[in-house]
Amino acid sequence: MIKTDALIIGAGPTGLFTAHQLKLIGLNCEIVDNLDKIGGQCIELYPDKPIYDIPAVPECTGEELTNNLINQLKPFDIKFHLSERVDEVKKDNGHWNVKTNKGTEFSTPNVIIAGGVGSFEPRKFAPKECEKFENKSILYSIKDKSIFKGKTVSIFGGGDSALDWAIELSKDSKVNLIHRRDEFRGAQLSVNKVHELKDTGKINLFTNCQLKAVNGNDNLENIEIINNDKEVKKIETDFALGFFGLIMQLGPIAEWGLNLDKKTIAVDTEKFETNQKGIYAVGDICSYPGKLKLILSGFHEGALAARACFKLARPDEKYRFEFTTSSKTIKDRLGVKE
Amino acid sequence: MAKITYIEHNGKSHTINVENGLTIMEGAVQNDIPGIDADCGGSMACATCHVYINDDWFNKVASKQEGEDDMLDQAYEPKKNSRLSCQIIVSDELDGLVVNLPEKQV
Repeated sequence: MIKTDALIIGAGPTGLFTAHQLKLIGLNCEIVDNLDKIGGQCIELYPDKPIYDIPAVPECTGEELTNNLINQLKPFDIKFHLSERVDEVKKDNGHWNVKTNKGTEFSTPNVIIAGGVGSFEPRKFAPKECEKFENKSILYSIKDKSIFKGKTVSIFGGGDSALDWAIELSKDSKVNLIHRRDEFRGAQLSVNKVHELKDTGKINLFTNCQLKAVNGNDNLENIEIINNDKEVKKIETDFALGFFGLIMQLGPIAEWGLNLDKKTIAVDTEKFETNQKGIYAVGDICSYPGKLKLILSGFHEGALAARACFKLARPDEKYRFEFTTSSKTIKDRLGVKE
Repeated sequence: MAKITYIEHNGKSHTINVENGLTIMEGAVQNDIPGIDADCGGSMACATCHVYINDDWFNKVASKQEGEDDMLDQAYEPKKNSRLSCQIIVSDELDGLVVNLPEKQV
């Protein structure tokens, strides 16, 4: 069981800056995120897209913003638990017991939810029967490519994941690549390679087609794809792989007894506390009158939630507001030499 | 101001007045019309405000910008007449527009 002053759920910009604020005022914290990397929506949805409304930063990409925030955290020792999703938050003797899907457990007086719109999960195929084959012959990520050796693999999608895997697996497998339109959004180099492999018969390319049905008993036997003219084609296949990007799902957060309004959590605007004492929500996931889903709002919310955490983490101490420009204590924490 | 009709996948229809300058997505969200999630808040980064535009209207709304089709690749059951409703801005010309909502957004 890990004891910490505050646990932050979500390693996006808001979670990262909230961690900074906690450390500045002398509290320790750890961060859990379901993605395998730091940065949240900034890194997953728009790493290359410029952002123009971060105060004092005229222009930066999602990736640059993330890297700058990570740099700002360098003076501090913060443990990240990536590729882990918080599944349970339970009250225990005035503390919160938090458990992840990997079994990591935390005991903390403060839980700060900076979870965006929930955790990122792969988008799945539309036909309901696909669930039956999921994790067996229908996959949304690849852990061990050797299982495809000598098999027929049908890959769906038009981005880099779909193209890269089609190219890679065509070495040892029979590959069908299926995409809903003619254009691919993946790298041009990969698109060219796929067309080359199509011409040499290494990849069967089906464009303007989507998955209509899947058939089989224990294992997938064939799939039916439908084109824009509603013509259906049956393809024998051992595996179907879907690469449609990631979607945000609220997931287990809905079960923690919080006051939800659609996919957001209602908070007050003094502490950004939810209806549960010691659980806060900041960033895109919180709602209050006038809420703006801007990164700068998340920074403000995190700063206030961090101060609220102090009371519960250090009940016998008094929090004193200090500026980073003048406080010796804060400079010591930052490792600044005068 | 334009009268916009949103038809849920189950056939339930909602007609509301949406102010000029708002997007079709914002019109739905502000009026609690179910079926449009808009997770990313309108930054063309999630494909959860996906709608189908009837044929007679499809060419009347402003055409897709760069990147919208890339996002639509990731939508649930995209079709030829798919659009992201966060990218369609309401004006008087859109009075009477009908959009159909997909079975679900994720």
